[in-house]
Amino acid sequence: MTQQITNVLLVGVGGQGILLASEILSEAAMLAGFDVKKSEIHGMSQRGGSVVSHVRYGREVFSPIVPEGEGDILFGFELMETCRSLPLIKRGGTVVANDLRISPPSVLMGQESYPAGLVERISDLFPDFLLVDGQEIARDAGNVRAANTVLLGAVSRRLAIAEEFWMKALEKMVPPKALEVNNRAFLVGRKL
Amino acid sequence: MKEILSGNEAIARGAYEGGCLVACAYPGTPSTEILENTINYKEINSSWAPNEKVALEVAIGASFGGGRALCTMKHVGVNVAADPLFTLSYTGVRGGLVLVVADDAEMHSSQNEQDSRNYARFAKVPMLEPSDSQECKEFTRLAFELSEQYDTPVMLRSCTRISHGKSIVQLGERVSNLPQPRLEKNPAKLVMLPGNARVRHPLVEERMQELSGAGSTMPINRLELRDTSVGIITSGVCYQYVREVMPEASTLKLGMVHPLPQAMIRALAARVDKIYVVEELDPFIELQVKAMGINVIGKEIIPLCGELTPGRLRSAFGLPQPVAIPAETLPGRPPNMCPGCPHRGVFFALNQLKAYVTGDIGCYTLGFMPPLSAMDTCVCMGASIGMATGVAKVVSDEEKKKVVAVIGDSTFLHTGINGLMDMVYSNSPATVVILDNSITAMTGRQDNPASGFTLMDDPAHAINLPLLCKALGVKNIRIINPLDLEETQRVLAEEMERPEPSVIITDKPCVLIKREDIFQKGPVYLVDAGTCTGCRACLKIGCPAIEWRPAADGSKKGKAWIDPLLCTGCDVCRQLCKFDAIGSEK
Repeated sequence: MTQQITNVLLVGVGGQGILLASEILSEAAMLAGFDVKKSEIHGMSQRGGSVVSHVRYGREVFSPIVPEGEGDILFGFELMETCRSLPLIKRGGTVVANDLRISPPSVLMGQESYPAGLVERISDLFPDFLLVDGQEIARDAGNVRAANTVLLGAVSRRLAIAEEFWMKALEKMVPPKALEVNNRAFLVGRKL
Repeated sequence: MKEILSGNEAIARGAYEGGCLVACAYPGTPSTEILENTINYKEINSSWAPNEKVALEVAIGASFGGGRALCTMKHVGVNVAADPLFTLSYTGVRGGLVLVVADDAEMHSSQNEQDSRNYARFAKVPMLEPSDSQECKEFTRLAFELSEQYDTPVMLRSCTRISHGKSIVQLGERVSNLPQPRLEKNPAKLVMLPGNARVRHPLVEERMQELSGAGSTMPINRLELRDTSVGIITSGVCYQYVREVMPEASTLKLGMVHPLPQAMIRALAARVDKIYVVEELDPFIELQVKAMGINVIGKEIIPLCGELTPGRLRSAFGLPQPVAIPAETLPGRPPNMCPGCPHRGVFFALNQLKAYVTGDIGCYTLGFMPPLSAMDTCVCMGASIGMATGVAKVVSDEEKKKVVAVIGDSTFLHTGINGLMDMVYSNSPATVVILDNSITAMTGRQDNPASGFTLMDDPAHAINLPLLCKALGVKNIRIINPLDLEETQRVLAEEMERPEPSVIITDKPCVLIKREDIFQKGPVYLVDAGTCTGCRACLKIGCPAIEWRPAADGSKKGKAWIDPLLCTGCDVCRQLCKFDAIGSEK
């Protein structure tokens, strides 16, 4: 039964827009006719802490959280948080991450260094690892703030949900003013 | 019509469809968003109360007036609302009354992980427990009906994974045939003097017996027979984990967790070889089933602490686990006060003064974290002031001066005010700091009786905190700008020295308030790299906008840098720099 479920994890830092991205993904999956469940923790983590959002879709989904080590796709908004969540992903799974480093408090205060070699570590474990410079591509598409949408586009190509459902989900979830630039950013990402 | 809703959104929808007229709550994670969604239905009068006890009393009044009423809170809120709850059980209701309680196993955002099901049993009220958003909506509707049918309040138990989880919900219509509320006197039922209460108590016991019997035919309790070698009794989100991990096992899915449907449990026992109970936290179902003389396995293998997950359930049953990639040791990323947060300077000053700080519940509890490290206790909402009085009663005169209670505006109005009455009454030498940021910030910026607005965003009277403290008899009331470090530390030192009660009120708003004219961002600050000596003084306030940038040569030297996208121009870091290296962008 579990084999029919697609397990996506979206991870990053509170305030990065992870919840909106996971909502667009859930909406697209529902429009495509799947059962969908999504789970994350609000509250304390909103104050700049680590955020992990679970999205699961398929014929019938039971658990709202992805069983440990069974994630199919890890969608990382920040490099260290991507690395922290690797134990949630199955071996042979897919990792797509934004090339962005956000320093945690201990690094800001100069007590620790931001870890080196994260990209190499992820690449060693996941040979198909896709590192995306979301900010740069979004800037080219018209707005640096659409970086998440570039990434979402890249993730979308690796999921069995047709493009029309993604476009409908974007239309429903993104404010009208920002829709055009986000659509463009999404389609650029979808080619990566 | 189908929509993806969170459990909290679905409970709000269920209240709407169930004909609810009044919804009242005090915010608390993970329950807060229920009332933030009932406001989308104009038929429901939604409001924040100062605390959970008042919220329940408002709902009781609405019910006694003849309308359907919803009251929501987090698990620890029931401790505050327990007093009216236990007697409401005796009076019963007029309009249906549903009390939603959202538990927080794993303590994602709480100070304990008490299991609210014990309250249902203790107060002798039925409790429903949904396992996804669709059930959140359906069970809320049903709870209103059961409440009126059995003349009882009905509790609905959610948890973090249900309230903040999202799944697909089929929407329905609002019921339309409910009677118009009107006054109706019924003192024998509603005036709980001993003579009346003695009549009501046996009715409560009869009601629970009746509900236990009826539970065995309620569709929300569901016997699903599959492989009969193993039967599992479970409810709520745990049911989903059981189906995920052991799809072939037979299950008794309880939609009503109190009272238990005994006939159904016996029916399961007659059909399967071995019974397990899978429940988070306490052995609530397990002990009652064992008391029926049925042998079950529960907490021998299922953890007592924390939430369950599919992986934890697999471990409990000795099932194979996927071989996960080992976790790497990485720098932690704990939550932090926002850049420009007006609390930061107060905790910096308290740290400098080596105060013994009795803390309270809110964003400012993060004052515990390094480098501020200026909170010594945190127990429950409103505890800081009473505890400061208590600490000062036992320590030496010299140590008494070190005792400072720190509490937010919303928490002060919640239950801190009673502590201040006592502090004045007992003439305690301790000092109180009310961090008035004009909002209930931690749960996501909810209004409160001192913020000047209602949940519906209408203007409201804002309680004048200095006047209130004066009325309570506090003679020494100081209002300070917490972004002025010299003033903050000086006033704190003066009032800590004073041998009688004093209250210091800070007057800067939360940086997250979106209303115009309340919080205004100042000019962005910069570090002049030529002047910065790398002394690290500005790092002592732990502002997320200030970053230490090590020198390129890998030595211990380096300089501070301010992220212009995060800086709010609060000016606190500038005051810490002895070399005038920090200034605003002109």
